[in-house]
Amino acid sequence: MTAFDALAGPFLEFAFMRRALAACLALSLGCGPVGVLLVLRRMSLMGDAMSHAVLPGAAIGFLAAGLSLWAMSIGGFLAGLAVALLAGLVSRVTTLREDASFAAFYLISLAGGVLIVSLRGSNVDLMHVLFGTILAVDDGGLLLVAGIATVTLLTLALLYRPLVVECFDPGFLRAVGGSARGGSAGGGLGSRLGAACHLIFLVLVVLNLVGGFQALGTLMAVGLMMLPAASARFWAERVATLALTAMTIAFASGVGGLLLSFHLNLPSGPAIVLVAGTVHLLSLALGPVGSLRTRWFPGRHLTA
Amino acid sequence: MTPAFPDAAAETLVRLTDLTLGYRRHPAVHHLSGGFRDGSLTAVVGPNGAGKSTLLKAVVGALAPFGGRVTLHGLGAGDIAYLPQQAEVERDFPIDVLDTVLLGHWRRVGLFRAVGRALTRQAEEALAAVGLSGFERRPIAALSAGQFQRVLFARMLVQDARLILLDEPFTAIDARTTADLLDVVRRWHGERRTVVAVLHDLEQVRAHFPDTLLLAREPIAWGRTADTLTAANLDRARAMAEAWDDSAAPCRRAAS
Repeated sequence: MTAFDALAGPFLEFAFMRRALAACLALSLGCGPVGVLLVLRRMSLMGDAMSHAVLPGAAIGFLAAGLSLWAMSIGGFLAGLAVALLAGLVSRVTTLREDASFAAFYLISLAGGVLIVSLRGSNVDLMHVLFGTILAVDDGGLLLVAGIATVTLLTLALLYRPLVVECFDPGFLRAVGGSARGGSAGGGLGSRLGAACHLIFLVLVVLNLVGGFQALGTLMAVGLMMLPAASARFWAERVATLALTAMTIAFASGVGGLLLSFHLNLPSGPAIVLVAGTVHLLSLALGPVGSLRTRWFPGRHLTA
Repeated sequence: MTPAFPDAAAETLVRLTDLTLGYRRHPAVHHLSGGFRDGSLTAVVGPNGAGKSTLLKAVVGALAPFGGRVTLHGLGAGDIAYLPQQAEVERDFPIDVLDTVLLGHWRRVGLFRAVGRALTRQAEEALAAVGLSGFERRPIAALSAGQFQRVLFARMLVQDARLILLDEPFTAIDARTTADLLDVVRRWHGERRTVVAVLHDLEQVRAHFPDTLLLAREPIAWGRTADTLTAANLDRARAMAEAWDDSAAPCRRAAS
């Protein structure tokens, strides 16, 4: 078997591998930049919380309509959105911080989801929801993932500036986005713009996790979002290049994971995430920006 | 008893009318009236806790007054540039120097408009003016505190604001950087922009700032720097009790 056969053969030969490849590409395009923004906004663990929060919605969708992709996706989206909005609301009207209230609500949501699935579904179904089936993605599934990637990229293009500035220098956005004069203190146009961006961004996070969950499962979906984004920090120093790097790493991990899963007969979701994890460890060791290599072998210092 | 503060004439850009500001009912600025003239260069001086930063926050509209008013004459939302004492800037954010300065164009480019050649050249000129030519593509994470302060000044140059508020702009900044940035302040003054700066270095104030507001929660004096920073006035400012009085009675002073 030549290298070409090993690398391209499965995709040329089997339609399900080509579908899985396309799904990986779409997922990478959406999850890459969303993950980068999560890392920059210090919300890396929020993605994890949200991915668990999606479960009861998906489970209820499953109970209502069987193993229907659309029912489970819409259910998952609504559940994730509810947790995001509740957590945001609680952190604004009480003294609890947003991360703590996220943790509280996603745990409630997750436990509810596991309960629902185990009451009504068989263990095989639960495994599907938890670990996904990228090798069984059908046309509808592809459309969903591609649609989510499209919406994500268009929305990020529209909101790029406020999202970046809100994260880099929130005080400046408040100051230039409009004056608070006439309204309540601190409630000016700028902070409203910031809050709106934050909310829309959370919706994007939930959407991309829902897109990932049918392919990789609720537990693994966040892997393709956070691992490439965290790895990209060791390669790039600008938001745009970070996003491109994350997309590339995500897609390469998808391809690598699919091939491993095909040749070694491994489950696809964990294979993809483990390849992304390997890339992360390599980046952390060898990347040009702030990695272990630059720390231990910085090279001779420059003259100026 | 009330010192003769610059009054609200036609040329006043920011008028303060019996302004009381503070936190949790305790006043930090108490019954302050007066005005910043259009094109004036004013230092705000006083001990810690005297309400200097609080005053700037009220002028930008980030803090609602307990009483009285701040009136801005002919200033829109984009006409004020404000440098807070502790900018909540994420210093390891992956953004370079030029992009940071280009943010100053926000009023002109907003969310969607392109930053053209002309706007980029303005940003580069601003960087040259603060002595950072050649730093355009350097990530801000790689800058020293002084260099980053220069970047923030360059961004304010680009903002092209009529009113510029600086809260302790030279704290923890070395002498050479301070001198360069004072040149920028003088340039703004020459362009008839109104600059208000909170400062602690009295020599610096005497040398570079024509007007001074001496604040110690209560306004002590406001006018020409030489008339304001007298030994008697400074003694009165120093005597200000910094601590809160938890049992202070509600203020009954009539609005003047």
